[in-house]
Amino acid sequence: MSHNAFITEETIESESSGPLDGRTVAVKDNISTAGVRTTCGSETLEEYVPPYDATVVERLREAGATIVGKTNMDEFGMGTTTETSAFGPTENPAAEGRVPGGSSGGSAAAVAAGEADLALGSDTGGSVRCPAAFCGVVGIKPTYGLVSRYGLVAYANSLEQIGPLARTVEDAAELLEVIAGPDPNDATTRSPPERAETAYADAADGDVAGLTVGVPTELLEGADGGVRAVFEDALDELGAAGATVEEVSLPSVETAVQAYYVIAMSEASSNLARFDGVRYGTAGDDGAGNWNESFAAAREAGFGEEVKRRVLLGTYALSAGYHDKYYKQAQDARAWVKQDFEEAFETVDVVASPTMPVPPFETGESLEDPLQMYLADANTVPVNLANLPAISVPAGETDEGPVGVQFAGPAFGEATIVRAGSALE
Amino acid sequence: MTVDDEEVRHVASLARIDLDDEEVERFTEQFGDILEYFEALEDVPEIEREAELTNVMRPDEVEASLTQEEALRNAPETEDGYFKGPNVS
Repeated sequence: MSHNAFITEETIESESSGPLDGRTVAVKDNISTAGVRTTCGSETLEEYVPPYDATVVERLREAGATIVGKTNMDEFGMGTTTETSAFGPTENPAAEGRVPGGSSGGSAAAVAAGEADLALGSDTGGSVRCPAAFCGVVGIKPTYGLVSRYGLVAYANSLEQIGPLARTVEDAAELLEVIAGPDPNDATTRSPPERAETAYADAADGDVAGLTVGVPTELLEGADGGVRAVFEDALDELGAAGATVEEVSLPSVETAVQAYYVIAMSEASSNLARFDGVRYGTAGDDGAGNWNESFAAAREAGFGEEVKRRVLLGTYALSAGYHDKYYKQAQDARAWVKQDFEEAFETVDVVASPTMPVPPFETGESLEDPLQMYLADANTVPVNLANLPAISVPAGETDEGPVGVQFAGPAFGEATIVRAGSALE
Repeated sequence: MTVDDEEVRHVASLARIDLDDEEVERFTEQFGDILEYFEALEDVPEIEREAELTNVMRPDEVEASLTQEEALRNAPETEDGYFKGPNVS
């Protein structure tokens, strides 16, 4: 049964033997694979074939994994449903007639449907955790700098990380171990501090006795009733296993979505300037006149509507007279979120919330109103702004589909969120 | 916050993206709503941002890189080993 999870189904064999021997991995189509086309879900890169492998792809192949294909995604990662792909929407294998979430919807669907054992996605504002929650699988967004972005086609590079998806917490943690670690080709990578626990798979022991779980009231207020009920049950389960649950306050999250979109759109407007139809991408009409006219024609034809919307809004936010009003304020809002989490982690070990405040949308439901779609990211964007790790684990279902619970941890606290997540399995 | 169609066309020209009339109309309405939502950023307190960033340096040595052929492989048009772009005029 195909759910349109893949844009390109092509096998890339392993290079040597390792911890992922015999495992199949689906790779999101914005992660470069030498000799295998990498479209980013965009018409403009329909025929783009990278001349080199992303660092994470090299690490997969060295670890014994077999790559089974490149997965469908919202165009350049811009979406929460995988419906903005130029290659058609992906269906949710766990909730018929509903979206798989996004932007890594193909990766989550491939894992949920058993078309791959494991998958890689990328998470700029929730793009691994949202589809994990909607498809009933596990997804991890690592600490900024833990995983190399070399070979990841950039959308908003100060926010994004490549992260694993799998059917169990232990499998996701094992894949994270394979891809983590500094890379000379990405100067933003760094080693975890000496004291950090880095045997992530071993941490999936479900032992939460003595763990303190903070629940921010701000991330519960807007949640759907059914989602909230599943979340409360999960908290009870953690309590029964010996964890302490307490309220925390993160007032800064009230402006996190605004800050996220201003920063992500601004970075996108710069990063996507390279798609001009000269070095790669669809060429503009020749004879269309001058350089600028030819570029504008190439970009009109090659980009979908959501990409245009974000590039234009980012250009607007950075333009003369508006930079201070939007971009500078968003940077303050980002620093505020970071400070709030730092304070929270003085008293709690992890911060828990529903991953998504709503169940999976019906296919086609959300395309008409972009602002409503952006608001659905309220619970996932704060950790991207704060550069922190977070995991989404399946916690149950409503009539409308799977519900995920998210645990965020301090920087390089991956082992702690893995441990908390494994307690819900 | 209201945005008019002229502003949308201006931003589109800065971003080098042509838009048809229908897109301009739709974006004008949506941008008004989205920018109004962004107004909440005005109430964010001033935060002392600590720069915990350090530069990452490496020796400036020649390393293996893409061949000219590999670098040009995805270009729609090339000439004599170069990318071929539209007229600059």
